[in-house]
Amino acid sequence: MDQQKVIETKDLTKRYRNFAAVDKLNLCIGEGEVFGFLGPNGAGKTTTILMLLGLTEPTSGTARVYGHDPAREPLKVKRIVGYLPEKVGFYEDLTASENLEYTASLNGIPWSEVPNKIEEALRSVGLHDVGRKRVGEFSHGMKQRLGIADVMIKDPKVAFLDEPTSGIDPEGTEHILALIKGMARNKVTVVLSSHQLHQVQKVCTQVGIMTKGRLVAQGPVDRLGREALRGGKYRIEVQVSRVAPALVDALKRVPGVIDVESSGDLLLIGCNEDLRPKIARTIVDSDCLLVQMKIEEYGLEEIYMKYFRES
Amino acid sequence: MSGFMAIFRKELADHFSSKRFIILFLLVYLAGVATIYVAAQTIRSGITETTQFIFLRLFIVSGENLPFSFPLFLSLFIPIVGIALGFDAINSERNSGNLSRLLSQPLFRDSVINAKFLAGLVTLAILIISIVALVSGMGLRMIGVPPNAEEILRLFAFIFVSIVYGAFWMSLAVLFSVFFNRTANSALASIALWIFLFLFLATIARVMADSMVPVDQSSTLEILTRNDGIYRAISRISPSTLYGEAVQVLLMPELGTPSSTLMMISIFAAGMIPGPLPLSQSLLIVWPQMTGLIALTALCFAVSYLRFMREEIRST
Repeated sequence: MDQQKVIETKDLTKRYRNFAAVDKLNLCIGEGEVFGFLGPNGAGKTTTILMLLGLTEPTSGTARVYGHDPAREPLKVKRIVGYLPEKVGFYEDLTASENLEYTASLNGIPWSEVPNKIEEALRSVGLHDVGRKRVGEFSHGMKQRLGIADVMIKDPKVAFLDEPTSGIDPEGTEHILALIKGMARNKVTVVLSSHQLHQVQKVCTQVGIMTKGRLVAQGPVDRLGREALRGGKYRIEVQVSRVAPALVDALKRVPGVIDVESSGDLLLIGCNEDLRPKIARTIVDSDCLLVQMKIEEYGLEEIYMKYFRES
Repeated sequence: MSGFMAIFRKELADHFSSKRFIILFLLVYLAGVATIYVAAQTIRSGITETTQFIFLRLFIVSGENLPFSFPLFLSLFIPIVGIALGFDAINSERNSGNLSRLLSQPLFRDSVINAKFLAGLVTLAILIISIVALVSGMGLRMIGVPPNAEEILRLFAFIFVSIVYGAFWMSLAVLFSVFFNRTANSALASIALWIFLFLFLATIARVMADSMVPVDQSSTLEILTRNDGIYRAISRISPSTLYGEAVQVLLMPELGTPSSTLMMISIFAAGMIPGPLPLSQSLLIVWPQMTGLIALTALCFAVSYLRFMREEIRST
């Protein structure tokens, strides 16, 4: 890889009593990437992020963020990373600008630059006209966008966004995804976790799929898709009056059919295009009677479900 | 350090702008002014030609309409203020989702708890200094007798002890705010402990003392003293008792040692009205009480500090 490695973990493990939240995680994320952490709830995505931030200590293994160990040099790491927690909270009695001002002062940003930075950050997330409103009056989506402004105000090199789109309406989600793309254009490495797969796919250059603390797959979305689709993009379910071995053989010979499984009077046929007419003919040509036929197309959801089920 | 100062500034601003503290400040000012007003009206009755510390009497007499002297009322209100300053210090940050965001900023974790504690302490100090200054000024106008140098020094010592007393309740509330996840629980726990120490411990101490050394009307002074000794030893578990004793000695120089009403009556009945103690001797007498209060405060803070530093930020 010719890019600089921004995040690297080696056998990173976190155990809580007898259960491993993160189990020997090996991860490598290059500069300027948008890395999507996918996995069901409780897969260890947040725990991994917390370890990379130095908020939680790993049980074993190492993590490096721009070469710094978050457990030993937390301040160096925290200076260059921004973090949007899953349940982001702000001081409800303060206005949006005041909340950002507090973050700016915690980061030691010179006072003279603060008003401009706040203005700029609020404008980019579309909250500039409500900057003087108390955060208590904000909707969930607005808080989430304010959270992104809160990350942007410190000009991070790496941004960790934990479930940035959960519980947000489609329009708000689009907005947030656009903001993430904007961050990536500004050479910020973005790590985002999500269980909303199709949204992640729109912005991520790389995805890692996690289940039960293990990384089961990592790579660009389309490659993972291809790997998952080895069994064919379509699945045709055929019910016949009786399954004869000769029929299975005949079906396997149909051009385009990848594999045929039989269970009871059902035949499951995997293929890459809609072969229903040919299959119907093959069945009719044999001695069997065709009872019914269904076709299913695999979407991304199914691809990910396949990974989740495998582990 | 920038993180520490930023948190300190914000916490201080929060304290002074929140409705909670505006209400508390008003309440404390109102009650303080009322007690001093009543005291100034009844002060003349108890003064003889030999009374040395007239100005200090303003702080110890109470009227018939309002049977509260100023220190007694302070010992009632300071815990409330202290608890209000500390009970949600950490858990409200955690519940509102601010804590993980705050801790992901480049600052040492202990800055958060240190700055919060210091901001509370400064708020407490401002409240106590201002209320004492206010009632002193008011008393001065009402009775027209200026305090002498020693009285002023004693008032300063009184302010100091009061701040330490408030700091104890605040650090106790901070401790609960670290241990309890819900603010309602930490507030209730602090208030429950306060009510126990303030109201019930004296009763328990009395019952225990009477069962160990029974007294009746024919008891000798020796037995009375032993009974009183046990009573004091038990009730000194309560910081309120420590504060009460310290204030008694500081504001009533005539009193040699901290003693209960019972002892005072017997001393006065025996005709042993002692001469006032010099300030240095009074300070020496309250030294154990003061160190006790400071040690309790430090202990509570240390425990909450350790717990907060070791706390894991979990994903859920």
